[in-house]
Amino acid sequence: MRANVWHSVFAAGALAVLLISPQRATPAELANAVVIKNFDFSPMSLTVKPGATVTWKNLDGEPHTITSADGLFRSGALDTNETYSFKFDRRGIYKYVCSIHPRMMAAIIVK
Amino acid sequence: MSGLSRRDSLKCMAFGGAGTLFALSGGVFTPIDLAFAADNQAAAARLGTPLFVQISDTHIGFNKEANPDVKGTLAKSIDLINAIPHQPEFIIHTGDITHLSRPAEFDTAQQLLAGLKASELHTVPGEHDVADAAQSEYFRRFGQASNNRGYYSFDHRGVHMIALVNVMSFRPGGLGILGDDQMKWLAADLAARASSTPIVVFAHMPLWSIYDPWGWGTGDAEQAMALLRRFGSVTVLNGHIHQIVQKVEGNITFHTARATAYPQPAPGVGPGPGPLTVPADQLASMLGITSVSIRRDQPAALLTDASLS
Repeated sequence: MRANVWHSVFAAGALAVLLISPQRATPAELANAVVIKNFDFSPMSLTVKPGATVTWKNLDGEPHTITSADGLFRSGALDTNETYSFKFDRRGIYKYVCSIHPRMMAAIIVK
Repeated sequence: MSGLSRRDSLKCMAFGGAGTLFALSGGVFTPIDLAFAADNQAAAARLGTPLFVQISDTHIGFNKEANPDVKGTLAKSIDLINAIPHQPEFIIHTGDITHLSRPAEFDTAQQLLAGLKASELHTVPGEHDVADAAQSEYFRRFGQASNNRGYYSFDHRGVHMIALVNVMSFRPGGLGILGDDQMKWLAADLAARASSTPIVVFAHMPLWSIYDPWGWGTGDAEQAMALLRRFGSVTVLNGHIHQIVQKVEGNITFHTARATAYPQPAPGVGPGPGPLTVPADQLASMLGITSVSIRRDQPAALLTDASLS
């Protein structure tokens, strides 16, 4: 019986975490955000956990792209205030540039 | 001044802007002040038979303050070209046809460009034309001329025209490049040609360093120039920087055209490249096209910058 009780408590706890998760998603997403401003990615280096989704937002008047060095992800042109998201499943260092302005370089570190 | 070559003095004149005409005579481009020609049919007739006109940086889809009506200014540019008494035999577009590589933007651009009296249109992509994730929209529409490579060449009235692409490959942190495959193709394309053949090279980004921190150059352009240097007359036509800048180096004349969409700041002036908003009554004077012609009475090409004002 005691074991069963613990089981129920554990299950309830897990359920609580699941219920809380959606509410915690917003700040988590903000934490995994990169903004593009004045021809720079900010932050230039962002560290996230495996499975995280990173969202980029272009705040410049000029269009920019998020184009990975190895071809894994390509956003296409983002106009002002447009966003692009990509989910990083595996650990690694993912370098990317703006293909319109290749002097703009940054990286996502997944670990 | 005696130490100054004719080319150097021409270079100074070329920065004058509004109306400069370059006559290719004996394989050498020489400019003649042509400001009077735009509205003067008799003067325009003296230009002879146009070979081609360069349009650049139409940026269809752009809708911000620097020019809320890029369709209108492209239409005006087309009207200006269609008014040339002796019609050019073809048109080149040196890229940034669209602003965001979107299908609807290409549709609009192609509909407008179809209004050109000249039936041939030769294009190269700008970085704004290959900014879609799949980099397919430009090639779906304009890829046929080059087997989807983007670069190609053709001959017209004894002039060898070479279209190059410097917006598809780049050195991260650096400039756009032509790349090894294209360089090999260029070497092969030029190998059998006589050095007396007039060469016109066109590509979107300048094939010379205008201002590298803003990406106004091509990382491996010097390799291409090494292949071109033996020719007696080489004209390199680019866009990208939305203003006229010219340089003459040996037999090679480098020239960037105005945009039809919006001006950009002078190299290095201000925080960065991008649309420059000017008073509305000044905009037309900062937009325009470049015309290159061949005279019938002598083997001469003529290059004219004309603004929309």
